[in-house]
Amino acid sequence: MADLEAFKEEVRAIIAEHLPEELRVGNRPDLPKESLGRWISVMADQGWITPDWPTEYGGGGLDRKHTAALKAELKKVRAPVVSSFGVSMLGPTLLEYGTDEQKQEFLPKISKHTMRWCQGFSEPGSGSDLASLQCRAEKDGDEYVITGQKIWTTGADRADWIFCLVRTDFDAPKHEGISFILFPMHQDGVEVAPLTLIDGSAHFSQVFFDGARAKAEHVVGPLNGGWTVAKRLLQHERSTDGSSDGGIGGAAKESISDFVKREVGMEGGVLADATIRERLAAHEIDKRALSLTMRRAAEEARAGQKGRDIGSLGKFRWANMVKNEQDIAVDAAGSQGLGWDGPGFETAQLERTKKWLITRADSIWGGTNEIQLNVIAKRVLGIPE
Amino acid sequence: MSVILSEEQLMLRESAQTFLADQSPVTRMRELRDAVDENGYTPAIWSQMADLGWLGILLAEEHGGSGMGVADLGVVLWECGKVLAPEPLLSTLLLGANAVRLSDNEVLQKDVLPSVAEGDRIVALAFEETGRFAPYAVSTRLEDGSVTGKKLHVLDAHVADQIVVVARAAGSGGDRDGIALYLVDANAKGVSITRHRRVDGRNVAEVEFDGVEVGADRLLGGADLLDRVIDQATIGLAAEMLGTAEEAFERTLQYLKDREQFGARIGTFQALRHRAAEMFSELEFARSIVRDALSAVDEGREDAAACVSAAKAQASKAARLIGAEAIQMHGGIGMTDEEEIGLFFKRLKAAELSLGDATYHQRRFATLQGY
Repeated sequence: MADLEAFKEEVRAIIAEHLPEELRVGNRPDLPKESLGRWISVMADQGWITPDWPTEYGGGGLDRKHTAALKAELKKVRAPVVSSFGVSMLGPTLLEYGTDEQKQEFLPKISKHTMRWCQGFSEPGSGSDLASLQCRAEKDGDEYVITGQKIWTTGADRADWIFCLVRTDFDAPKHEGISFILFPMHQDGVEVAPLTLIDGSAHFSQVFFDGARAKAEHVVGPLNGGWTVAKRLLQHERSTDGSSDGGIGGAAKESISDFVKREVGMEGGVLADATIRERLAAHEIDKRALSLTMRRAAEEARAGQKGRDIGSLGKFRWANMVKNEQDIAVDAAGSQGLGWDGPGFETAQLERTKKWLITRADSIWGGTNEIQLNVIAKRVLGIPE
Repeated sequence: MSVILSEEQLMLRESAQTFLADQSPVTRMRELRDAVDENGYTPAIWSQMADLGWLGILLAEEHGGSGMGVADLGVVLWECGKVLAPEPLLSTLLLGANAVRLSDNEVLQKDVLPSVAEGDRIVALAFEETGRFAPYAVSTRLEDGSVTGKKLHVLDAHVADQIVVVARAAGSGGDRDGIALYLVDANAKGVSITRHRRVDGRNVAEVEFDGVEVGADRLLGGADLLDRVIDQATIGLAAEMLGTAEEAFERTLQYLKDREQFGARIGTFQALRHRAAEMFSELEFARSIVRDALSAVDEGREDAAACVSAAKAQASKAARLIGAEAIQMHGGIGMTDEEEIGLFFKRLKAAELSLGDATYHQRRFATLQGY
């Protein structure tokens, strides 16, 4: 493998040649499409979309050090990051559980960003209790016929394929009759209905299957062994949680303290509302403690200091912290925090209000707070059930 | 800047654990309390703490110490907190003698600090005059070279050889300016000390100064010195109280695993499982932020004061939750004096309110952050 310094030089040279100034602003929804497309194909050619995957699957074949160096160089110039369900979740799962044929068929398309994926896990009746899912796959020759419904499917309207949990044994205990299967979204028997959330956004969909077809060879992992595969995949999801907060190079947002200062005003050098002031201080202290705790978890792991897993606290404390921040913002704005759209409300107020609404979800998805607390009690504190 | 313990600190912790497990069970604190012991601590243990080098951790080598940091002392205090050791560590090492150490008065340093390291001298800090914590609310006057006024909640004053008194040379009420710190002998003419008993069994006293003469050679500093001393004591106390909170949490967790009702261990009830997880998260948050503040103080970071206030606020919040839940989860037995968990509960409350509670420190943090 190339010497690290030489490798960095090489990366910088490619960036200098191919990354236009207009894209050096981090991930933003309004990036110029053509130019972004060209950059993504450069990334794909280099194997940089999946730098640590083997080259035979379109990856960069880089070890940990080189991968980290590449990411650091890209971050330095605020290059847009290509992330997708395929890259962050399905790919690592296929690398671990996929057959050679499955790897050959799907991984290069993921690493070249030519096949987009969505995730079919949750169902209307199966949220926290995911294993109770009812979506059925019945064998028909060398195919499965899929019938049922999925919900909370991000990007279902744009996805080419879905990785889906389906019930393939209807008599087995609930965890033991589930399979993890892949099939195309563009076929008869698949219908996508966008789902509008309480903040008015529609990033999610419901997906209805009525006789959709999947090839039997596209079951990942053992038949009826999908629960194990899904749990592993969700670990990939958890490991990316939180790090998405704010995003790399996302547009600079006004800090909560600046927002609150503007909304309630200052008197004699302190916030004019004593209660809001204390809530803000408590929130900022909590945020500090959270970030120090995550840092400590990483440092203790590196130093080999064994203790209870404090990383487990991250998800639920992060969710509470994010929600609390928006609670304070909306309360500080008062009736000005109730705007939906139109004149009479400032952009910053409207943004905070929408954020207040959507962050209600943070303690629900990715494992509800209650599930997180169950996990901590059982796995971390070792309290028998 | 580190939020984890260094190799040296891990060794220090282990030696502290070994010593305290051997010499200082919680029953010792109870015995001292019940006997209304005239010292309120165990002088023999204090000497051993000196032999272990604990009393000189903060002191320079020329003063008989080892020149280590507040974070190192914090490791020791944490362990002492677990066993509720009542020795005058906070009052002497982080309040009284620390005012001498952090001053510019080299003559007094030479006189006082070596004997502190040896365990031969206890030095208290007499600064508070109010119930709710308000360090600048000083009305004890300094006039014509003598100090007159009444100080409250003076930790370990009844066993102190010397007392650092915070007096007002100018200004009034809660002014930060005009404050001066002087070292006086506990047996000086005009000093009277009345010991009080407190819920946590610790030793505090009311100290009255009636025209106590102080020379200019006894001056240690002003409000800047007081701030530094209080910040270091605050983070040291936070470390000690987290030791106490950790032990209270572990005992309560064990109780959840052992106690049976309705034919099941009570830890199987989700209402209790979730609350145990919440206690754990508050404790671990406090541990991280206190460790960070300890190194902020040692490194003299610009935002050290804000770090300390953030840490004490979180530590107080954790102490309050864990203390309350420890009693509640132990049920009726937790209400008895015989069960040790009550001793932890009372100590946690005292530590929560001492040197500023969560509200005090949240407000101070807000001020330091510019809002």
